[in-house]
Amino acid sequence: MARVTFREERCKGCELCTLVCPKGLITMSEHINSMGFHPATITDMDKCNGCALCARMCPDLVIEVERDEKKVV
Amino acid sequence: MKKVFTRPESFNDIPMHYCPGCTHGIIHRLVAETIDELNMVDRAIGVAPVGCSVFIYNYIDCDMYQASHGRAPAVATGVKRVVPDGVVFTYQGDGDMAAIGTAEIVHAAARGENITVIFVNNAVYAMTGGQMAPTTLMGQKTTTTPHGRESDANGYPVKMAEMLSTLDGSSYISRVSVHDPKNINKAKKSIKKAFEVQMENKGFTMVEVLSICPTNWGLSPKESVKWLDENMIPYYPLGEYKVPAEV
Ligand SMILES: Cc1ncc(C[n+]2csc(CCOP(=O)(O)OP(=O)(O)O)c2C)c(N)n1
Ligand code: SF4
Repeated sequence: MARVTFREERCKGCELCTLVCPKGLITMSEHINSMGFHPATITDMDKCNGCALCARMCPDLVIEVERDEKKVV
Repeated sequence: MKKVFTRPESFNDIPMHYCPGCTHGIIHRLVAETIDELNMVDRAIGVAPVGCSVFIYNYIDCDMYQASHGRAPAVATGVKRVVPDGVVFTYQGDGDMAAIGTAEIVHAAARGENITVIFVNNAVYAMTGGQMAPTTLMGQKTTTTPHGRESDANGYPVKMAEMLSTLDGSSYISRVSVHDPKNINKAKKSIKKAFEVQMENKGFTMVEVLSICPTNWGLSPKESVKWLDENMIPYYPLGEYKVPAEV
């Protein structure tokens, strides 16, 4: 399981994260943030595996990623 | 759950002034990640340039100077000689480093100054409104080459990584890009290596980073990363141009 958090108020709507998500899970919101940009958001969190490519691509550190630690059997 | 991506500790939590999609932010972050990983926030001393990235001193939480245009390698030379235990770096654009600061960068490299230069090549003078830089590609439109750069009037683009790697004083020289996550990872490794080489006192190190400037290229950020891939990389090949023997 993984969780991606977008710090909406810091997003400048550049859309670079949408380009790099291997599953195409990121879209731009309809609403605008206080800077006047459409912030990025994730459509289907259940499908996210926490690869963090979106976060690495974001120039403004809007995205934080958490992931379940691999179980050691 | 475990955090797999979060802000580096040495990267101040304030909004950056850059335009949407500007990859200066990514390059700053890679420097901050390196500072964290090498555990050197108390030793790192940066020198900021004149250009869009002038405010880097607000963003990275280490000691920082701000040099006059192009003079960062000269200031860094002084800092390193006075504080030899410091890990000294400059962060410079192509207008700053490859135009007005050509003398300073070439001689800092020739002297083998033990500093690290992060050289951001976005093929324009961005802060002043997108004029032609020495790194502007042939045919590229800028505000001072409205019909595209032509060799008759404007000469040819300068390849700084290749040029500096011919100098005996340089130790580690590479060119990387930040237009996609795979290249961002490679850029990070290269920046870290450059700092490690400096920490081993092996001489001058520089990482040239290809970067996008959507605002002055007149493209969206998405179009800009594609433009960089298709136009800049063929002219500015990526890779390590010089690596010290046992690294
Ligand atoms: C001595 C001096 N000459 C000219 C300028 C004007 N100037 C400010 S930034 C700049 C170019 C910056 O371009 P670059 O180094 O490529 O950085 P970028 O903005 O693209 O990141 C120029 C020419 C100045 N500030 N000082
Ligand atoms: S003008 Fe270009 S280099 Fe400067 S902040 Fe904007 S996108 Fe970045």
